[in-house]
Amino acid sequence: MTRAKLFRFFQTYAVLILVAVLILVLTSLSDSFLTTRNLLNILNQNAPLAIMASAMTLVIIAGGFDLSVAAIFAMGSVSAAWIGLNVDPYLGLFLAPFIGLAFGLVNGIVITQLNVHSFLATIATSLIFKGIAVVISDGRLISVRDDAFTWLGRGRFLGIFNSIWMMVIFALVLTFLLTRTTFGRRVFAVGGNEEASILSGIRSDRIKIATFALAGFAAGLASIITTSRVALGQASAGQGLELQAIAAVILGGTSIYGGQGAVWRSLAGVFLLALINNGFNILNADPFFRDLTTGLVILAAIGVSAIGQRGR
Amino acid sequence: MTELAIQACGITVRFGDVEVLSKIDVDIARGSIHGLIGENGAGKSTLGKVLGGYYRASAGSLSVFGKPAGRWDPPKALARGVAIMHQELQLVPHLTVAQNVFMGIEKHRWGVLRRNEASRLQDLMDASGLHLNAQTLAVDLPIADQQKVEILRALAREAQVIVMDEPTSSLSKDEIDQLHKIMGLLRDEGRTIVYVTHFLDHVLEVCDQVTVLRDGNLVMTEAIADQTKQSLVGAMLGGDRTETYYPAKSENPDADIVLSVRNLVGVDVNVMALDIMAGEIVGLIGLVGSGRSEIARAIVGADKVTGVITLNGKTIVPSIRNATEAGMVMVPEDRRKQGLVMELPVSANVTLPHLRRYSRISVISARQECDATAKHIQKFSVRPDTINGDVSRYSGGNQQKVLLAKWLEGDPQVVILDEPTRGVDVGARETIHAAIAELAANGIAILLISSEIDEVLGLAHRAHLVDGGKIVQEIDPNTVVESEVLAALFQHQSLKGAAQ
Repeated sequence: MTRAKLFRFFQTYAVLILVAVLILVLTSLSDSFLTTRNLLNILNQNAPLAIMASAMTLVIIAGGFDLSVAAIFAMGSVSAAWIGLNVDPYLGLFLAPFIGLAFGLVNGIVITQLNVHSFLATIATSLIFKGIAVVISDGRLISVRDDAFTWLGRGRFLGIFNSIWMMVIFALVLTFLLTRTTFGRRVFAVGGNEEASILSGIRSDRIKIATFALAGFAAGLASIITTSRVALGQASAGQGLELQAIAAVILGGTSIYGGQGAVWRSLAGVFLLALINNGFNILNADPFFRDLTTGLVILAAIGVSAIGQRGR
Repeated sequence: MTELAIQACGITVRFGDVEVLSKIDVDIARGSIHGLIGENGAGKSTLGKVLGGYYRASAGSLSVFGKPAGRWDPPKALARGVAIMHQELQLVPHLTVAQNVFMGIEKHRWGVLRRNEASRLQDLMDASGLHLNAQTLAVDLPIADQQKVEILRALAREAQVIVMDEPTSSLSKDEIDQLHKIMGLLRDEGRTIVYVTHFLDHVLEVCDQVTVLRDGNLVMTEAIADQTKQSLVGAMLGGDRTETYYPAKSENPDADIVLSVRNLVGVDVNVMALDIMAGEIVGLIGLVGSGRSEIARAIVGADKVTGVITLNGKTIVPSIRNATEAGMVMVPEDRRKQGLVMELPVSANVTLPHLRRYSRISVISARQECDATAKHIQKFSVRPDTINGDVSRYSGGNQQKVLLAKWLEGDPQVVILDEPTRGVDVGARETIHAAIAELAANGIAILLISSEIDEVLGLAHRAHLVDGGKIVQEIDPNTVVESEVLAALFQHQSLKGAAQ
């Protein structure tokens, strides 16, 4: 029994253990790793991805899949910059997350009303969203060199980057939603057993739509951090982010089949990937091995959770 | 002394801390049908799987046709002539019958398949008397035929011993008879069949020997000729209980009508009138596919229907939410698919339809949720009795109790129970029956749907026979007997057949 418990513990916290091990290894190998500057930089750089992965967690727990968040991110980038340049910088930053929310709503409505698998639906909508972003930006970069626009991505509050504050607050809010509210409970129920949920009076379609809307909102929120930081809006922003976000969620141990998972897991997943990356940088390791290493780590994490599933 | 097919000595199986089988000794004679019976959780399936190599015994030894089994796993068991047929059939849906039968033992030359499988299958079917179209896809076969594929597959591997784990659980009466006939034929060829089931009638009908297990212990192995249904029930339950008891019915209530259904029409449903009074249990009896579950779903608004549903004089528009709010709930028949969310703990399952009552501005109160769950765990004596228990690991009976708690939590006025005791052991069954009777005694109107006729007769005040989604006859459960009801049901069905 104790062995089984030990294994269960290891399985539950595998991603945290891996993060801890990496921190220990990197600390012992390099003096420049465990410095406030390096750590804050890691957090700052990964805040947009962490925000998107947090919301992706809810989509996956509810049994869905969102491949369009990178396109929504691009859409957010272009619209924030366009409004910021032509109307008002603050308005641009403020509106982009809500534009993301609207696009997420579209995803959810398409998926539930046409009754198509979210995987297919979001492949299609991502092309549409990206197309709209290209049309708006006319295929060009939209440069917004204005302190009223760049403060968000570059500034600090109490010595810590704004992006980190946003990430922490967003993750806390989502965690609260998921673990303490009726909405969160219903997300788990719909992902775990949709039929039982419907018979329990839950409007499962609305729950699913809400998770996609949240994912859209998160993509918009992430996009204003990046767009404001580089002072550039572009339709090619965020390429590949959707797969990174999904990889982080799965790496964290959230079940791909829905019904199980947690936001903190996805954050841990994001930082596990980030630490591997950072390790290659500060150790001056051959970057040719970076993808190989990342892939092996993901495979190992999935393997551990699969062994655990079999034991159930 | 007859030759033994399998001799099991001191078989013990532990899962973690739990001992599910404890020192079982069984001799299974060659050329016999050997029944393995017991309540849910008694270990009969586990023992079957040990024989087939799917579970490894923690202690004890097996010998097969007189030779020790050694390290025993499914491929080795097959090689030594022991095949197992799982309760959930293991066919590849989009392969043909022939491909499924010869899966893994295809005739080939250097890896290239040879084409004479059809004649090979024909020989096998002629020899066994099991006939199927070789080119049909497994997915298109009814379950009874899928089982034939499994049997053919075992025969293709020249299996001498076939372990059948609950093979009749989704078969109709005719199909069961057919399967029993096949089992008899196989025995007459000298093969051995281990028949794991919880239907005592089946055991009495076809088995030669029977082994009874209780709580992982061996109770007895006896020749079937010396046994009766009563003696088997007694052995399964222990003590001297020989019949399932039904709680005393409350007086036929003469109260107000709580639920009234008129002209309910939907896909497969056509109910002109159905009334239930406060404190009354009304039963619906029908054959599989008669539309009894569809009627229940229609009344609570799970499916699209037209009609007038009145609850305490107020008309409600059919929808699950409206029904729940008005105090009418349905406990669905399939607890795994429709009832419980296996990923969520007991407490979350119990409160799922009532979250609004346990939350303020959408934030769930953990304390209130725990209190409510604890109350039900105690009331239904759910085991294990932990609030955050993992329901996916509970036995069928305890899952069913959690499911009942989930729906009774809202203090409903009308409860529709669809197969409340399917796949539940005798002990849990009595707890559930008592709970149903108590609900009625407290003035709740109950619609009881069950494929077990004696359950309806034992509990209900009134009962209706259902066929084709219609109520075809009203019966008085206090005066009719099971065989009359069954005869009436088949008569209605053949009348319908004649009319078509």
